[in-house]
Amino acid sequence: MVGPAIWRFGRMDPLHEMQRLQGEMNRVFSGLGQHFSPELPPVNAWVGESDVVVTAELPGVDPSKVDVSVVGDTLTISGARDAEILKEGESYHRQERNHGRFTRSLQLPFHVEAGRVEAKYDKGILRITLPRAEADKPKKVAVTCE
Amino acid sequence: MENKVEYQKKPAQTPVEMERTRNRKVYVPKVDIIETGHSMVMYADIPGVDEKSVEVTVEKNVLTITGTVIPQEFPGRSIAYSEYDVGDYERAFTISDEVDRDRIGAVVKNGVLKLTLQKAPQAEVKKITVRTE
Repeated sequence: MVGPAIWRFGRMDPLHEMQRLQGEMNRVFSGLGQHFSPELPPVNAWVGESDVVVTAELPGVDPSKVDVSVVGDTLTISGARDAEILKEGESYHRQERNHGRFTRSLQLPFHVEAGRVEAKYDKGILRITLPRAEADKPKKVAVTCE
Repeated sequence: MENKVEYQKKPAQTPVEMERTRNRKVYVPKVDIIETGHSMVMYADIPGVDEKSVEVTVEKNVLTITGTVIPQEFPGRSIAYSEYDVGDYERAFTISDEVDRDRIGAVVKNGVLKLTLQKAPQAEVKKITVRTE
């Protein structure tokens, strides 16, 4: 007979175990959602055959203070958002927006042509277009018959 | 499995949940509200919104911010990695009578909406001097 005693085996809490499994499943099937630090600006990446486009939501950042650098296949975005400086007699009712410095690194699926990387900042969204390096493009090999 | 037709009416939630006609996600923008001597300044993060797609309305004592975002598309490329989703922005605040409805300033720059709510003259702080007898 299989009684309820089976659950006590190995001190496994069935409810907890089920919740954990459900959480794990949700994480897996939510597909694109990945683990990342919430204090960093979130990025999206679109990959095409000859380039990759990376967008990041960076509202209220001075474009001249944003640094975009590429080394090999690693893209680094860094910058800062300044907090409002309160004058005498001013006070915060709410402060929900985050401030301060940030650095974000991303590994790209291929090496890119560092000299032809374009970065545009519009409506608080940074868009970086990174063309794939010529040397990294797939070579087509013709199959010959002898 | 056969397709089941629901004839039964769906009970409403209390209070009735508002639904949007457009099937798109809606986000609550983060805001900072700073009170100064004679005004209130509100900053809201609404990346992807410009002056044409943002709407600020005041009805009675509710101030509503609505921002519409057109999702960016990159033809010939497919999304490979995603940390954020694109959607509209909506948030409402109740404001007190001391805000002058006719003098609300709104500026959008780099995806940040700045609202300046001036206080009506009669609502400005009057300091009362306390004397001793």
